[in-house]
Amino acid sequence: MADPAPVREPVAERRTGVFASLREFARELGIPRLLIAVFVIALFGVAAATHMGLAALVSDSLVRVARNGILVLALLPSVQGGLGLNFGLPLGIACGLLACVITLNAGLGGWAGLALTAVLGAAIAVPAGLAYGWLLNRTRGQEMMVGTYLGFAVVSGMSIFWTMAPFHNPLLVWAIGGHGLRTTLTLTGYWDKLLDRLGAFTVAGVTVPTGTLVVFFAMCALVALFLRTRAGLSLAAARSNPRFALAAGISDTHTRVQATLLSTVIAAVGIVVFCQSYGFVQLYTAPLLMAFPAVACLLIGGASVSRATLTHVIVGTLMFQSILTVALPVTSQVIGGDISETARLVIQNGMILYALTRRSDTT
Amino acid sequence: MIRRSIRHGAVPLLFLLLCVLGAWAAHLTPQFLVGELLARFGRNAVLVLSLLVPIMAGLGLNFGIVIGAMAGQIAAILVTAWGVTGIGGFALACVLAVPLAMAFGALTGALFNRAKGREMVTGLIAGFFANGIYQLVFLFALGSLIPFHVTRLLLPQGFGLRNTIDLTGIQYALDDLWTARIGLGGQLLRVPVVPFALIAAVCALTLAFQRTKLGQELRAMGQDPHVASTAGIDVDRNRVIATIISTTLAAWGQLVFLQNLGTLNTYSSHEQVGMFSIAALLVSGATVSRATVAQALIGTLLFHTLFVVSPLAGKALLGDAQIGEFFRVFVAYAVITVALVLHAWQHARRDR
Repeated sequence: MADPAPVREPVAERRTGVFASLREFARELGIPRLLIAVFVIALFGVAAATHMGLAALVSDSLVRVARNGILVLALLPSVQGGLGLNFGLPLGIACGLLACVITLNAGLGGWAGLALTAVLGAAIAVPAGLAYGWLLNRTRGQEMMVGTYLGFAVVSGMSIFWTMAPFHNPLLVWAIGGHGLRTTLTLTGYWDKLLDRLGAFTVAGVTVPTGTLVVFFAMCALVALFLRTRAGLSLAAARSNPRFALAAGISDTHTRVQATLLSTVIAAVGIVVFCQSYGFVQLYTAPLLMAFPAVACLLIGGASVSRATLTHVIVGTLMFQSILTVALPVTSQVIGGDISETARLVIQNGMILYALTRRSDTT
Repeated sequence: MIRRSIRHGAVPLLFLLLCVLGAWAAHLTPQFLVGELLARFGRNAVLVLSLLVPIMAGLGLNFGIVIGAMAGQIAAILVTAWGVTGIGGFALACVLAVPLAMAFGALTGALFNRAKGREMVTGLIAGFFANGIYQLVFLFALGSLIPFHVTRLLLPQGFGLRNTIDLTGIQYALDDLWTARIGLGGQLLRVPVVPFALIAAVCALTLAFQRTKLGQELRAMGQDPHVASTAGIDVDRNRVIATIISTTLAAWGQLVFLQNLGTLNTYSSHEQVGMFSIAALLVSGATVSRATVAQALIGTLLFHTLFVVSPLAGKALLGDAQIGEFFRVFVAYAVITVALVLHAWQHARRDR
């Protein structure tokens, strides 16, 4: 192949200094990410210019960041472990929802109820995550597709379970017929917004849901710590070079199961925190598409299919969730229609598509 | 040999058993079942057949046929807006759908070429993305940015298409062209001949296509893209062509579907096309890398039998039609999951 580099060199030389480094920065960031960043700034700009309650918008954004953060964090181990984006997130979510329903059925409320639900969800997620990891080891190369459809199958299978499950708490089942869980369970009186309200304070009109945010950051710190332990490091080693890792005594069959397990468990805890903040437990088809916004968050933060960091999790969640929060009021004021759901579809899936089709990333 | 034939036959046989048991439990009469199946087979078979060419070319299951369905819908919307009715309207829609579907197919194919090895998940996400763009155009731009003055199709706010569009103009345009009446158990069944002739034509064309030079090239690519490439086949170009063919067939398939249904759910008719067509194909025992015309037809028949039977059986057995509906959705997803797992499993074993 003829080397095109010498031809390009003079052009590159002319673009010296600030401009060149700016170009480099833009290439690293990717055009979609730049567009999204501009979009976020524009949204907040319009909101400020039209004198919308900026404080309220920021408050809402913070609540949503805290609410969704752990679900985004759940994707990190699977990328680290070389399994790509875990579209099978609904599996872990189903475990968490099952825990919610079990403790609610037993009438457990308050802090004990919330803690027990989270622990129970994590416990149920262990066998599920192990099985999922085992399956993904046998379907190497197609993890994302298998994960997506496994997630769909689990959610639709659970729909059958919710209608037939032997739960009898009248607050949970349909009033008519007396069996079959309702589509939405209210948490008022159980553990509705317990964490959101814990230590919440207001600065300049912005309310900070301290408890949930602290839990999110604590989980991030835990995952960061784990990734620095021996097990965490071998996870990354097995991803970047399976054969080399094997020579060093690390089997990637093992680390991949660990990564999947961790991802599933975090997702189970994540949905419990989500429900706590939301105030409702949504069953049936609600979790079907939950993996996609979470994946989009991670990617918007700067992650790729094979590389992700904690910064990507936090930055991505901040950016995407603020778009989702601010887009609705701003666009309805500007164009008089709710374009936010459509914008979400385009941004979310456009981002995933961009990540999937990056040449440098295809193996 | 025996093991293989069991593996190939097990899925459709299990499905057949499920259907028979369900039909028996729900006390369905054969007349009702045959009538329902004729309608459902007639409107879904072309969509399922549209999946075959990409499988042959080694692209796997084309989840991007959703985008083809959108092309078909855009054509149907245009024809309705212009007020062209009857078979002329349907034919015009088919013609209009071609350039749209070809353009969409070329774009999807280019995406697939950038995501080799993960075409299926890319196709799925591309469908979601295209859905967003479709909403952007038809829910917001139409009537505001794009001039459009057919107020009967617009939402009261003056822009954006209504959620359901009446396609009475082209309803049964194809079905009623020639209906044969067949007596079955004392009842007259109306059999729409033309859609079935169309399905037969698509089958024949697919079979004939496999024997053309391009068809052979696609098959060689499906066997081994590296060998095909060294043999001088332009693999990337052919993959785009395969995607274009599939997308165009899907657009026509969606038009056949819509002319039978008579109403268009503007923002949701296309959404589940991919999932249900793919599940139908896989039910027959077809795999991600191998599917025949016969399998597409058998699969469509079996899957839609379950679709008719499932809610009724759920109601008869458990007193709740909802469970049956959940069950059939679960079956669709589960069938796809199992097929994907088996495919990846075999691949992984071969690589080792």
